[in-house]
Amino acid sequence: MRIRAQVAMVMNLDKCIGCHTCSVTCKQTWTNRDGTEYVWFNNVETKPGIGYPKHYEDQDRWHGGWQLDEKGRLKLRSGGRVKRLSRLFVNPDLPSIDDYYEPATFDKDILANAPAGLKDTPVQQPRSALTGEPMAVTWGANWEDSLGGTHEHGTGDPNLARMSAEAAARVKFEFEKTFLFHLPRICEHCLNPACVSACPSGAMYKREEDGIVLVDQDRCRGWRMCVSACPYKKVYVNHSTGKAEKCTLCFPRIEAGQPTVCSETCVGRLRYLGIVFYDEDAVLAAASVTDEHDLLDAQRAVFLDPSDPAVREAARAAGMPQEWLDAAERSPVWRLISEYKVALPLHPEYRTLPMVWYVPPLSPVLDAVGEAGRDDTDADDIFHTIRELRIPVEYLAELFTAGDVEATAGVLMKLAAMRSYMRARTLDGTVADELLDGIGMTADQVEAMYRLLAIAKYDERYVIPAAYSKDAAALEAQATANQDCALDCEGGPGMTTQASAESFHLVEGEQVRPGGPGLVSRRSDGRRGFTINPLRGGA
Amino acid sequence: MTNLVWTVLPYLCLVVFVAGHFWRWRHDQFGWTTHTSQVLENRLLRLGSPLFHLGVLGVAGGHVMGLLVPASVTEKIGISEHAYHLTAVLGGTVTGLMLMAGLVLLIIRRMINGRVRRVTSRMDKVLYAALAAMVALGMIATVGVNLIGGGYDYRETIAVWFRGIFWFQPDPTLMSGAPLVYQLHAIGGFLFLALWPFTRLVHVWSAPLAYLWRPYVVYRGRRGPAPTATAAPEQVRDAAREPSARR
Repeated sequence: MRIRAQVAMVMNLDKCIGCHTCSVTCKQTWTNRDGTEYVWFNNVETKPGIGYPKHYEDQDRWHGGWQLDEKGRLKLRSGGRVKRLSRLFVNPDLPSIDDYYEPATFDKDILANAPAGLKDTPVQQPRSALTGEPMAVTWGANWEDSLGGTHEHGTGDPNLARMSAEAAARVKFEFEKTFLFHLPRICEHCLNPACVSACPSGAMYKREEDGIVLVDQDRCRGWRMCVSACPYKKVYVNHSTGKAEKCTLCFPRIEAGQPTVCSETCVGRLRYLGIVFYDEDAVLAAASVTDEHDLLDAQRAVFLDPSDPAVREAARAAGMPQEWLDAAERSPVWRLISEYKVALPLHPEYRTLPMVWYVPPLSPVLDAVGEAGRDDTDADDIFHTIRELRIPVEYLAELFTAGDVEATAGVLMKLAAMRSYMRARTLDGTVADELLDGIGMTADQVEAMYRLLAIAKYDERYVIPAAYSKDAAALEAQATANQDCALDCEGGPGMTTQASAESFHLVEGEQVRPGGPGLVSRRSDGRRGFTINPLRGGA
Repeated sequence: MTNLVWTVLPYLCLVVFVAGHFWRWRHDQFGWTTHTSQVLENRLLRLGSPLFHLGVLGVAGGHVMGLLVPASVTEKIGISEHAYHLTAVLGGTVTGLMLMAGLVLLIIRRMINGRVRRVTSRMDKVLYAALAAMVALGMIATVGVNLIGGGYDYRETIAVWFRGIFWFQPDPTLMSGAPLVYQLHAIGGFLFLALWPFTRLVHVWSAPLAYLWRPYVVYRGRRGPAPTATAAPEQVRDAAREPSARR
């Protein structure tokens, strides 16, 4: 067993109202630059719909992710090593920018400089951000927002193509009757990342400490294999620098113990961030499971129980500080994925072991129960209604459980039972034991789950320990060897960190780590720096 | 003059080539990329890029064979002068035509597609012009002189001079007798080498052969020390609520 920690996310889709605040704040933070106009590290798409970029889930076309070869071995769908190098000159699987959309900008001077007393209102004409030429805006990152145009191209949703014809026919696109939900997407920071595996220059990597997948901008040579290999299409080409860019899970914030920008600004409070422990040695086997319906359980099995003494011992042996062990035990992500088992991975069949999981949307179910004249406190009634939803469970199953309807229905069942249980308890104080029996959870568990999902307190949603340094001993040695200038001298590593950390969120005068000087302390000139050797009383 | 062109210039260009790469590697890792524009335009690239690159590989191989392998070696391993000549001219013509067709397609692509035109830097334009000139001269030498014309045995003159450069004994007189187009191609070639480190051509040295045997998933530790730990979220929240409570 090789234990590793991963910063993972769960999104509760029931609470997503599609306001795009996450997308906007993310864009303002990370991709408001030349060459990334079309790039959304975080986007919110409407389902059913074809998504961003168009039809990204159609792996017969893009060849993203992994598949099993005829001998049952895991290989990249776009081909092995030799085949990849043979495609360096032109990558046949690469989406063109038109598959995303042509970014537009406006010449605002026309409005600002318009003389007074004009007979006609001056208008801005959209201009392409790529060519500067006037253009007609015909597509965008959330063009299908709230089913816009879905009656025309919604049938192109790759998830519908994989469903049975009968079930697909039940997904109705007519406006008044239809049902939709929003799907916010960021990079999945997979345990078995296809982008990293396809990067010819080895510029992409998964961080050992927290599992965040990053692109080394200095090492990226622009072979653009990551873009096509990622089945979620969450690696992008910056056409100005010629390099790949992707969601960084806001690592400077995570390292400082703060949630990502998308999570922090989520008005629906639907995002959960925490760490999970997993066994790196089990990843390959879990990704290579033959039956796609077994992938969900296999992926859950890769996670290690943070309250298991053996796991805690292994984590300590791997050099993780106590803070991390505690955070793993309190992790909302672990609870939603492994304890309550209500979170599901997006497209487990891509075999990348994604680390952003989703609580599937339930919203219309209880209404539907009432409309059908059934009893929404009755487990059987709810279950029947779940099976008859207008968006069939089959559709959610295509998204979250590789088409395994039973698994998805089971999760919806738990969520519905939780609501009915809490309603009964709150309204007339009764305890609906038969509901608990139906989902195999205790009353305490259901109430804790209710608290986590519905009350969703800030410090329960985000349990992020500050980064630790695996090479603390080496740094200490360096500091001892060079007494005059160790870490916090001009240009020393401590300075960079201080600068980048400060530019993020430290408020002047704020105590860095309450309860003692610790690793960081304030120096005589008022600036913060690393305590070189607390025993020596340096700083 | 002969000395200047056939002795000083090559060394000057080689020094710029080596020093330029050293400088670029040290100071511009971020710019060291293919500068892919495939997301912007795919149709012409799909045909032009493989043609160009495969053509280049063939042409480069031909240059190695013609310039670096002495005629005596090919004779020793039993390749007659005629057989060599045939391979060289035919191979050179075919790969040269591929290279030319690819280059023409890529240049047209840069010119007619507004998106690609916008991301074309001044250095790219210089590079394309230099490439076009080199290919034109090379094709005149191969097709014009060797295929259609009477032929010229560069292996007795140019190749000997070229190899001489590497053991610091280039004989400039060997070059002064060569046909003009070969002379221009040789001078252009060295100037091209001097231009190389400052263009996107540096991506050639990053051909990712190591990909063939490295493990799929790359793990890497965070560089440098852990960053400053900041207040936990709940403390940030409480601090915002009660400014007076902040320490």
